[in-house]
Amino acid sequence: MRYLPLTEADREAMLAVIGADSVDELFRDVPDSARRTTPVDLPMHQDEASVERTFRALAARNLSPASCPSFLGAGIYRHHVPAAVDHLIQRGEFMTAYTPYQPEIAQGTLQYLFEFQTQVALITGMEVANASLYDGATACAEAVAMACRATRRRRILVSGGLHPHYRAVAETYCRFLSLDLTTLPPCWSGDEEPSPRVDADTACVVVQNPDLFGRVHDYSGLARACHAQGALLVVAVAEVVSLGMLAPPGAMGADIVAGEGQSLGNAASFGGPTVGLMATRDRFVRQMPGRLVGETVDLDGRRGFVLTLSTREQHIRREKATSNICTNSGLCALAFTIHLALLGEAGFTRLAEVNHARACQLAEALATVPDVNVLNRTFFNEITVRLPRDAGSVVDALAARGILGGVPLSRLLPAWREAQPLLLLAATETVNDQDIDALVAALREVL
Amino acid sequence: MAVAAETISGHRGLILEEPLLFEQGSPEKCGVDLPPAPPTGDHLAGLRRRGAIGLPGLSEPEVVRHYLRLSQKNYSIDSGLFPLGSCTMKHNPRLNEVVARLPGLGDLHPLQPVATVQGALSLMHTLAHWLQTLTGLPAVALSPAAGAHGELVGMMAIRAALEDRGDPRRRVLVPESAHGTNPASAAACGYAVDAIPADARGRVDVERLRAALAPDVAAVMVTNPNTCGLFETDVQEIAEAAHAVGAFFYCDGANFNAIVGRVRPGDLGVDCMHINLHKTFSTPHGGGGPGSGPVVMSAALAPFAPVPFVVKDGDGFRLVEHTMHAAGKPFGRAKGFHGQFGMFVRALAYMMSMGADGLYQASADAVLAANYILASLEGSLSAPFPGPCMHEALFDDRFLRDTGVTTLDFAKALIDEGFHPMTVYFPLVVHGAMLVEPTETESKASLDQFIATMKGLAARASAGDAAHFRDAPHRAPRRRLDETRAARKPVLRWRPTDVDRAAE
Repeated sequence: MRYLPLTEADREAMLAVIGADSVDELFRDVPDSARRTTPVDLPMHQDEASVERTFRALAARNLSPASCPSFLGAGIYRHHVPAAVDHLIQRGEFMTAYTPYQPEIAQGTLQYLFEFQTQVALITGMEVANASLYDGATACAEAVAMACRATRRRRILVSGGLHPHYRAVAETYCRFLSLDLTTLPPCWSGDEEPSPRVDADTACVVVQNPDLFGRVHDYSGLARACHAQGALLVVAVAEVVSLGMLAPPGAMGADIVAGEGQSLGNAASFGGPTVGLMATRDRFVRQMPGRLVGETVDLDGRRGFVLTLSTREQHIRREKATSNICTNSGLCALAFTIHLALLGEAGFTRLAEVNHARACQLAEALATVPDVNVLNRTFFNEITVRLPRDAGSVVDALAARGILGGVPLSRLLPAWREAQPLLLLAATETVNDQDIDALVAALREVL
Repeated sequence: MAVAAETISGHRGLILEEPLLFEQGSPEKCGVDLPPAPPTGDHLAGLRRRGAIGLPGLSEPEVVRHYLRLSQKNYSIDSGLFPLGSCTMKHNPRLNEVVARLPGLGDLHPLQPVATVQGALSLMHTLAHWLQTLTGLPAVALSPAAGAHGELVGMMAIRAALEDRGDPRRRVLVPESAHGTNPASAAACGYAVDAIPADARGRVDVERLRAALAPDVAAVMVTNPNTCGLFETDVQEIAEAAHAVGAFFYCDGANFNAIVGRVRPGDLGVDCMHINLHKTFSTPHGGGGPGSGPVVMSAALAPFAPVPFVVKDGDGFRLVEHTMHAAGKPFGRAKGFHGQFGMFVRALAYMMSMGADGLYQASADAVLAANYILASLEGSLSAPFPGPCMHEALFDDRFLRDTGVTTLDFAKALIDEGFHPMTVYFPLVVHGAMLVEPTETESKASLDQFIATMKGLAARASAGDAAHFRDAPHRAPRRRLDETRAARKPVLRWRPTDVDRAAE
């Protein structure tokens, strides 16, 4: 058993020091009826090669998006992650460290989180960001709860363009906190107008940019309408690469930004783990959930970093904390921050431009396919098209031809009848001309 | 100790100072070669960002050096013994990392057609089977993102089950020794929290608990083994008492490492328990996440478990992603997509590597190591409760009385000795607590060195050398940091200095 360093002789010697005859004696506080004296009914231990073979066999039963043309998005995007990222995050000093409770020997983690907070604040156009949350969906739910604390109000208005998982998680959190959440119906044919529904009881309005359908919006007017009523504007960002090109939520007047950071540094990994982003205005920082790293000095006057404002948190405040959150998404935040460090200002902008250009090419190519209607007038790297029949069956037919041809909206919105023929397709920098040609050719066959 | 003169560079041998990213590079540099964007139209509706973001630009070698230098300022399990009680800092096998990155696992998209991810769903189904078998509970929600999130999901299922009976109830009972996440999770489910004191044996005071139990109690949340490192000897009585008033028994599974493979929580009367895959099942802590916190549930709670979940249909698997498609009454969704799949892969690789026999041995070794430390330090440190302990040994600060050394000072002195400190000042029920969890992945030589160091420091404290402790650490990348200053005037991000702005 390669992970267990103690030998039988060690165990005997240790038991002698303890004054026990056997390990079983150390478990004597466990009621007899529950104490097992033999292993449970599961397979016995295996060597590395055997375990690896098992997982290779499992992997072989899946279609790897890296091995075929893939246009999947809807909140998780395939981007090229530079080799240095995965190498660095696997350094034992990062990967096998804990939450930095002892700052003298955790400056590595603390400094990268401080840099991460700065990067997130900069790209979202906000004043301050935390050290990450679980994912975009939970970050959005936490933003809703935070807005209710900050405004001392209980009404939430959610755009129909918010990712259905984000909406569902926010609904769950609100239900148990007895908060009053209303969702506008999905609307792809025109602009929804939440502004008239914002009133003096509204805690926040939650929108997404780009929205579920891939459209980009100027939320400045909505921000003004919210602020006029003392409500906050929460903007969700599910594709963080869009911020390389788009005006950030901060510039539109957002009060809280909740985002998904997977696109930078992190593999799709079947949807998790990823990294939730949260940024806000300075005046709301004490209402924020999650870890925050702050700058200070040590006894010798050297700059250093510590976890701070922990009086918001559960280990101090217990049931009165801003959230029950204990961890962040440390290693995923590290991958995010390294990728963004490698890109820098020029690379981040260029990456966004390549994504947008690929999506433009995709939209133009799809428009040439008979009976395929591109619905978006605006988009960043993702578009919605209407097909002449059920999008789910088309996607299945494409998959049978080795093409991952997007996400049928009915998969995310099964109760919304109009979703049936709608297909969501993303084009990132990993998509090339051959991929688009293959998709178009296959669609002509399938439809 | 003679203090060496400051160096010209600011570096001190292998302790290399590293400025912030934002203090390096120049905007035109880039560490990634990207093709120019092909010429196309613009569909951004005039919403293009105006002005620069303010990100620094660095080449790949500069970035690699930056993070390598930062990494060297961290203590980690790979560096040495990391006896952080309640956190289970055990070895993180590298096989787990390899398999989590395999094409066909690491790159899977969560919304691929289900027919193209049968291997992934089979993997999740197998993980669920291991967790169910090891806990003796029939259902599991895999999706929670971390332990605290698992608590929240478990408590939501409990509330949903009670609401279904038409009686959501009002209160949750939580022992004083509990992790802070327990009361915070109960509060996030809309419950009032009543604290139950510990008895003189470091266990839940069962009489006080019985007195607090009433028909308005939704659940009792107990950590077992508890945060004092002790098994709750009355756990079955607690479960029965909770059930007698119609309440559920929630177990915080943070310390499952102590009993995995030897005790099934289901046999103790537990209705619901989260499992920290990053503790018991060796997935990396990663400097504070990502975690993964599947929740096992009894048959009574199973219908209320959240979406998504995997269902086996004949030879294939399908995913139930919406409450409208579920046979039961799921309370909803608590996490985007399907949970921390990358952590499922790692945890299952660990389980298969260890096997039923290896897990049975692992919990034995974890408990043995903690008791070895407890016994070896008897007479040097002070333990508030007699042994045997489970996987962690708890000490208080009585042995430091009149020495002028505090628990914090003692912990900081351990840093100079090359160890990560133990958990300090937790649990709250013990004065100046020091909670030592060695885990099963330390050799006897490593444990002996730690014990000798602890004894030596205790002797030094009683010999009156408080000065040695007060200023510790001396040999770490930083000395003690001014946390009061950080909280009083928070600086939470880098901002350009006036000089930088003038140069723009």
